[in-house]
Amino acid sequence: MESCPSVKNILLLDSEGGRIAVKYYSDDWATNNAKEAFEKSIFTKTQKTNARTEAEIAMLENNIVVYKFVQDLHFFVTGGDDENELILSTVLQGFFDAVGLLLRGNVDKKEALENLDLILLCLDEIIDGGIILETDASVIAGKVASHSVDSGAPLSEQTISQALATAREHLTRSLLSG
Amino acid sequence: MALYVKKDDDRDEEAEYSPFSGIEKGAVLQEARVFNDPQLDSRRCSQVITKLLYLLNQGDSFTKVEATEVFFSVTKLFQSRDIGLRRMVYLIIKELSPCADEVIIVTSSLMKDMNSKTDVYRANAIRVLCRITDGTLLTQIERYLKQAIVDKNPVVASAALVSGYHLLQTNPEIVKRWSNEVQEAVQSRAALVQFHALALLHQIRQNDRLAVSKLVTSLTKGTVRSPLAQCLLIRYTSQVIRESSMNSQAGDRPFYDYLEGCLRHKSEMVILEAARAITELSGVTSRELTPAITVLQLFLSSSKPVLRFAAVRTLNKVAMTHPMAVTSCNIDMESLISDQNRSIATLAITTLLKTGNESGVDRLMKQITNFMSDIADEFKIVVVDAIRSLCLKFPLKFRTLMNFLSNILREEGGFEYKKAIVDSIVTIIRDIPDAKESGLLHLCEFIEDCEFTYLSTQILHFLGIEGPKTSDPSKFIRYIYNRVILENATVRASAVSTLAKFGAMVDSLKPRIFVLLRRCLYDNDDEVRDRATLYLNTIGGDGSVVETDKDVKEFLFGSFDLPLVNLETSLKNYEPSEEPFDVSSVPREVKSQPFAEKKAAAKKPTGLGAPPAGPTSTVDAYEKLLVSIPEFSTFGQLFKSSAPVELTEAETEYSVNVVKHIFDKHVVFQYNCTNTIPEQLLENVTIVVDASEAEEFEEIATKALKSLPYDTPGQTFVAFEKPEGVPAVGKFSNVLRFIVKEVDPSSGEAEEDGVEDEYQLEEFEVVAADYMLKVGVSNFRNAWESLGPDFERVDEYGLGPRESLKEAVTAVINLLGMQPCEGTEVVAANSRSHTCLLSGVYIGNVKVLVRLSFGVDSGKEVAMKLAVRSEDEAVSDAIHELVAN
Repeated sequence: MESCPSVKNILLLDSEGGRIAVKYYSDDWATNNAKEAFEKSIFTKTQKTNARTEAEIAMLENNIVVYKFVQDLHFFVTGGDDENELILSTVLQGFFDAVGLLLRGNVDKKEALENLDLILLCLDEIIDGGIILETDASVIAGKVASHSVDSGAPLSEQTISQALATAREHLTRSLLSG
Repeated sequence: MALYVKKDDDRDEEAEYSPFSGIEKGAVLQEARVFNDPQLDSRRCSQVITKLLYLLNQGDSFTKVEATEVFFSVTKLFQSRDIGLRRMVYLIIKELSPCADEVIIVTSSLMKDMNSKTDVYRANAIRVLCRITDGTLLTQIERYLKQAIVDKNPVVASAALVSGYHLLQTNPEIVKRWSNEVQEAVQSRAALVQFHALALLHQIRQNDRLAVSKLVTSLTKGTVRSPLAQCLLIRYTSQVIRESSMNSQAGDRPFYDYLEGCLRHKSEMVILEAARAITELSGVTSRELTPAITVLQLFLSSSKPVLRFAAVRTLNKVAMTHPMAVTSCNIDMESLISDQNRSIATLAITTLLKTGNESGVDRLMKQITNFMSDIADEFKIVVVDAIRSLCLKFPLKFRTLMNFLSNILREEGGFEYKKAIVDSIVTIIRDIPDAKESGLLHLCEFIEDCEFTYLSTQILHFLGIEGPKTSDPSKFIRYIYNRVILENATVRASAVSTLAKFGAMVDSLKPRIFVLLRRCLYDNDDEVRDRATLYLNTIGGDGSVVETDKDVKEFLFGSFDLPLVNLETSLKNYEPSEEPFDVSSVPREVKSQPFAEKKAAAKKPTGLGAPPAGPTSTVDAYEKLLVSIPEFSTFGQLFKSSAPVELTEAETEYSVNVVKHIFDKHVVFQYNCTNTIPEQLLENVTIVVDASEAEEFEEIATKALKSLPYDTPGQTFVAFEKPEGVPAVGKFSNVLRFIVKEVDPSSGEAEEDGVEDEYQLEEFEVVAADYMLKVGVSNFRNAWESLGPDFERVDEYGLGPRESLKEAVTAVINLLGMQPCEGTEVVAANSRSHTCLLSGVYIGNVKVLVRLSFGVDSGKEVAMKLAVRSEDEAVSDAIHELVAN
């Protein structure tokens, strides 16, 4: 058994199996074609299942895949077949909830693409080279957004990206003047 | 602009907005020039980096030049003090994975960030720098990394620890120096820091068993904060248990209490890890299992699919070795058959099939029937396999199970699935005589509408063997003849053979079969016509081809026990002449694995005189070699050559192995010697054999090896005479005797004078198995019945306590030196009994078949029933003597 729990990949796909953001930590899929083939088969295998309330699980090519869907977004986390399923699902839940927090509840493909930088940073904060860095969604989201968003600003009427932009400009100004 | 629209056709149709629609690499690379602006627009720069990352993420790749260009302009962004932008810069640097000389450009900037007051900078700079750095740079930053490991900010400490974990692969000696800091971090109050520190510490010490054991001992008593760290500790603990149990069997299992305690942990992740660790303990007792099974049972009714899956998967594994322990979960398991998640349902069913009792079979099958229609083929195959083993376990239930199999056989399915079903039915027919008639009819119905040629021919062949033995063989004829009318040439040819078998075996059907076969003479396929002609002429009994009825059957339907490879080689070697090709001249020995050849081929090209490496098999090569030596050329035909037996340990000065060549009146030992000392040349190499413990053998000749230079294998031989045809056994001890000469390593010249020397080798035995040829038969039952019970000898033996049934079976097979048939050498993991079929040819060309039935009781006492049939009474007795000794 792999002595340290490890994640082989994290995938965020759209409702047609297209990539939004993916990150591979294992050499099992050496080429982009191999990666796309894996994404296609996992998407086909899972698309009919109902993984909207609780995370679901499947075996694929000797891997365990846990997944969860919301709107037109499909979240996947893959690990080896002897991995503890609950560790993988904790990672999935962390990613899923963190994205929810970062997108302020508007979790769909459009928002995700508009805030792709946040999603990518989010992935970066969850896993480093296959090793789990953090699984607590609020901590992850905090690390991604804390320095970008001024939490005191009235954000309710703005979209998150506008808010971020404002916040960044605000920050830059204060830094430049200071 | 074709490029502009290419990717986004379908997106446009949906009129869906994406910030990246129409994105194009060239344009983005142009945009990246903003990084060089004197007045940086950090928001714009962030957007461009996001676009670059998007492209990379979609599978676009940058050329070397493009990547370098982007990398250099990105380094300019370190001037900006915008935190968000800096984070994106870190990300893109990691993605671009710059080469060594580029890394230098950012090193100083990253080192500055590593010592920054901002925690986010510190943590990320460490991760980036460790990702892209090489060994030389690492020594420069080592000091900072050690500090970071014990940093009071947990994010920074974790970043350093995780980076250390990765660096250990490439620069172990550096990371190992951080042990003290890592040890300190293990005590950290921050949950994840503890997790990362524990992982790294274990990785550093993994080869030091004592240190790992100490680590586990201290931590299992102390407090481990995060569930993840607890999982790690459980893994390390089971590792320690595994290693310690190898040394001592007695007493309580160490750390079991800790594992059991973890079953009450508040985190499900830890509970699962502990339960799984307990179920995987080697030689786990049912008392130890019970608490783990109890928690897993609770998981079975969880609302979370992941939890149900994890539990049922673990229980499924337990059911293979301890089916009784899992029966308590059967009720919960049954409700999972209708689980939405098909993986869970399949696992539940196969577990139930393993643990179920006879009375529950009918109910279970009903539930499965509903379930089968909506799962994928891969799952169905798993279920079919499980049903086959269930049927063999409860033979009385074959009716229900056979019905189920025949029903699913009629439904849609791919080749692998259908093959699994057919194989299962065939196995059941073979093992349960009552199931034969109905099973054969199911198969007949299946081939009426079968799209797979392979399966049709297999079934036809099987029908030909089993069909004539049923009470009413005539009812199968219609199905078989239909194939001749309706199918492709391959299937038609098989059907013709099957018809002929019926004709040959059942006299009453002969006239009708002949009518059918005559019609086949007009088939438009050569093979079909040829077969029909052959069968009509032979079975017709006009005496033109073979004399008696028995010979006809033997000739047409007897098992073909020549290895096809051997036949092929012999046919290739045959040169057309007056003398017809003689099938009996084909060697029957099953080729010993090409392992020896591979080993030989892997060695360096050998010098002169070495046998040429080629496609010749080892047996042929031996035979040629022996015939070429005048002393041995009169010994007649080689009966068997054993596999090489090593007479020296690996890595000694001289390596020697022996091959035993058995002839009718003689044995020849071929000693293969290799000199592994470059500074030595051996001359006049002989083996002095002491045969005082081998009374029936008398030494008659030796053949010395003139010279044995470094790393060039050579052979020396010793020949013995023994009573003709008698399987004499004995023990031989050996001494290697030679003259050793020093060799000047620079010039390769040997000195003039040598010293006589000896080298003790290990002893070896000639055993009864050396007189047995491994010759397989394709159909054991046929061969068994054709040998008849005349010289059958049956007896029972107690083999005493054995490690496992499998070990006992392998030991007996090796003792007899016979060829296992029909895969019966494989013993199912948890079975209490096993039947093994062996075949071989004993010295004097006597065909021998053996049927072994093993049973094992709870005390691991193995009992064995040995039934031998052979062509010679004395040989049957000899086999029994082999075992009795």
